Amino acid sequence: MDILPILSTLRRHKTAASLIVLEIALTSAIVCNALHLISQRIDTLNHDSGLPESELVVIGVRGTGGNADPDELTTRDLTAIRQLPGVKSATLVNQVIYGRNSNNTDVRRPADKNSPRYSSSLYAVGEQGLDSMGLKLVAGRDFKPEEYQLGTEIDKQADPTVGQVIINRALAEKLFPGESPLGQSIYGYTDNPSVVVGVVERLTHPYPGKSRHDNEGFSMLLPLRGTFRGGDYLVRTEPAQRDAVMKAATAVIERNDPSRIVTNTKTLTDMHASYYAQDRAMVWLMGGVIVALMVVTAFGIVGLASFWVQQRTRMIGTRRAMGATKGQILRYFQLENFLLSTVGIAIGMAGAFGLSLVLMASYEMPRLPLLYLPIGALALWALGQIAVLAPARRAAALPPVAALRS
Amino acid sequence: MLAYYFDLALRSFKSARALSLLMILALGLGIGACMTTLTVYKVLAGDPIPHKSDRLFNVQIDAGNMIGYESGQEPIFQLSRFDAEALMRARHAKRQVMMSGANVPVQPESTSIKPFFSVARYATTDFFAMFDAPFLYGSGWDAQADASEARVAVITSELNEKLFGGENSVGREVQIRSVAFRIVGVLKAWKPVPHFYDMTMGMTEYEQVLLPFSTAMGLKFGTSGNMDCWGSSNGQGPREMNSPCAWVQYWVELESADQAPAFFDYLVQYSEEQRRAGRFERPSNVRLRNVVDWLTFQKALPSDVRLQVWLAFGFLLVCLTNTVGLLLAKCLRRSGEIGVRRALGATKRDVFAQFLVEAGTIGVAGGALGLVLAALGLWLVQHSPAEYAPLVRMDWPLLSLTLLLALASSLIAGLLPAWRAANVTPAQQLKTQ
Repeated sequence: MDILPILSTLRRHKTAASLIVLEIALTSAIVCNALHLISQRIDTLNHDSGLPESELVVIGVRGTGGNADPDELTTRDLTAIRQLPGVKSATLVNQVIYGRNSNNTDVRRPADKNSPRYSSSLYAVGEQGLDSMGLKLVAGRDFKPEEYQLGTEIDKQADPTVGQVIINRALAEKLFPGESPLGQSIYGYTDNPSVVVGVVERLTHPYPGKSRHDNEGFSMLLPLRGTFRGGDYLVRTEPAQRDAVMKAATAVIERNDPSRIVTNTKTLTDMHASYYAQDRAMVWLMGGVIVALMVVTAFGIVGLASFWVQQRTRMIGTRRAMGATKGQILRYFQLENFLLSTVGIAIGMAGAFGLSLVLMASYEMPRLPLLYLPIGALALWALGQIAVLAPARRAAALPPVAALRS
Repeated sequence: MLAYYFDLALRSFKSARALSLLMILALGLGIGACMTTLTVYKVLAGDPIPHKSDRLFNVQIDAGNMIGYESGQEPIFQLSRFDAEALMRARHAKRQVMMSGANVPVQPESTSIKPFFSVARYATTDFFAMFDAPFLYGSGWDAQADASEARVAVITSELNEKLFGGENSVGREVQIRSVAFRIVGVLKAWKPVPHFYDMTMGMTEYEQVLLPFSTAMGLKFGTSGNMDCWGSSNGQGPREMNSPCAWVQYWVELESADQAPAFFDYLVQYSEEQRRAGRFERPSNVRLRNVVDWLTFQKALPSDVRLQVWLAFGFLLVCLTNTVGLLLAKCLRRSGEIGVRRALGATKRDVFAQFLVEAGTIGVAGGALGLVLAALGLWLVQHSPAEYAPLVRMDWPLLSLTLLLALASSLIAGLLPAWRAANVTPAQQLKTQ
């Protein structure tokens, strides 16, 4: 079309044109990377813990120095909680995902003392542990009733043995690649080996993605009955009954020993939401920045385009007088904006790539996938065209007699 | 002349209202975003104890065993109880403190308040002088109290309000874990940001009660925070004297920063002694970090906050580019007026000054709007789920920085348009009238 006249006009307004190009370049560079950051965070937010989160309730209890036997109290608590209406299963576990406790240990095969060690998260559960956590066994079996030991007993012994262990699939594949781990021994807790009796599909670190111990997601379960002093009660129920169960369980616990304090009762879904709250906030922030950037850039384009329309009133009038239609005037301005956007976007894409390299170095982000470049480009092309519409329409509405008036 | 230019600027605002508002809005958004993120950054990256931060040092000694040991790695980041007490006895530095965080049940005298759990700290006598803890009533306990496992406590004014209605409670008793402690001091509201001397308790968990370390250990109270154990505990609890567990924070105050190398050597010497005695297996691996280095090592500034600052400045850059373009449009639109002024005798300098003043006025207006938006932004941050949310607050230096930033950036933005305006040739403008 009339590209050459557009180019020659722009050459006379070099400064303003380069400012629009620069603004579009900066915006597209930032927007591409911001979109990438958002998608990274959303991936984090969708982390699957492997637990039936909507069915679980966590209750934390602390003692105030009373002399009651904590093991006996814990057993009484659990018996009473399991009899509450709506409760499918309940257990005491030393750490809960998204909670405040994390226990880690180094695991190795007993081949020799120098075989490689892997940092693994350590879950100590009592009876109904696997049921309450909703873990799926892919090999082997759950712990047998006679295999559970008291944590307090183990702590008293000089050379204790925990005979059985259940590991997660990730740890099984690392320690025993290509073979069945069932019946094999590992060293993870105490100086004596434990035999692998089962493998669960998925069990993660309690602080997924945020712990220096959580390198490769290895976890293991030990049949060690703890007490309320060193863990939380985990209760599994129907989603609709969670509130009722929390209240009833609290009442039961307070009745069993009024000197204790129930420090927190939360649903696992609430804990999940709090754990990722900051990542969610970051997503909203990035989204807000993208919107604000687009709005500001749009304003800039509208402002400068209106100025140009005003400057070129005579030229537009002349063209109209010589037979140009309204549509042709409109398309002139849109084409001009398209050219400027293209140059700006081209520079911006290079800038986006460079910016992503900086982000990779400083913030351990993966490289910007090339998909985001055309998305950013399309967004800014569309933005430019929409922004220039109003001033272009105003230009098209100028009557031919404007050529004579100055 | 400035007043006249200011008047001209106001007139031009009125005649190009939409454009001017657009510029002020864009600038305000950019400034607001920058100041919000800068305030958060300052809160988290600031030095919590500037007058002393180069003389306070955190001590790390590698007491671990050889399993999994890699040469050159960081030592375990806290001390075992044995090492902490041994260093305390030697008293090699001007002041030293060993401590741990905890959560203790407080049982108020009056039965109308239910017992509750409170964040606590077990420390030694030097804690208060070392960290300049300000007292409202009374004072800290002395070395004698540490040695005799005295049942004394220091509480914060917040806890004092809750338990005793804010009155001078020195000498009164408070029940902690069913043991009576005598209050010897009440601290003023004191929240070093961040909680640098123990980062394992979470950013907003400030202790409400302080107890002597020896007393807490004697009474077998529990602790909170981080504990790294290695080797076999031989049936002992992790907090026993000889347990192979690291959970104690150890800080020293030296006379001056240049005594640090000598103290470092002392720590290496101690490590070597322990190796000869057969307690330490690893080669000497000692760290002595001052407050600022410690905070950097502990990653006190979340990377998200740094990212947000950069994002805000990128946004400001786009807003400024926007402002330059719009100012240019505004100035060149009035080429006729500039031509008339030049013809009447104004120099290029006068025209330049006029448009610079106009840009500055936009800057001031944008700065004012930016302040309002920054206040809104900080309100949003305070209500956000971030761990540091309650700690964020705007202070006077940042406020003046806001206005300065707005003025400076608008003046820089205005340089190009003002220069272009000054170079308008009067003859050409007058001809086309």
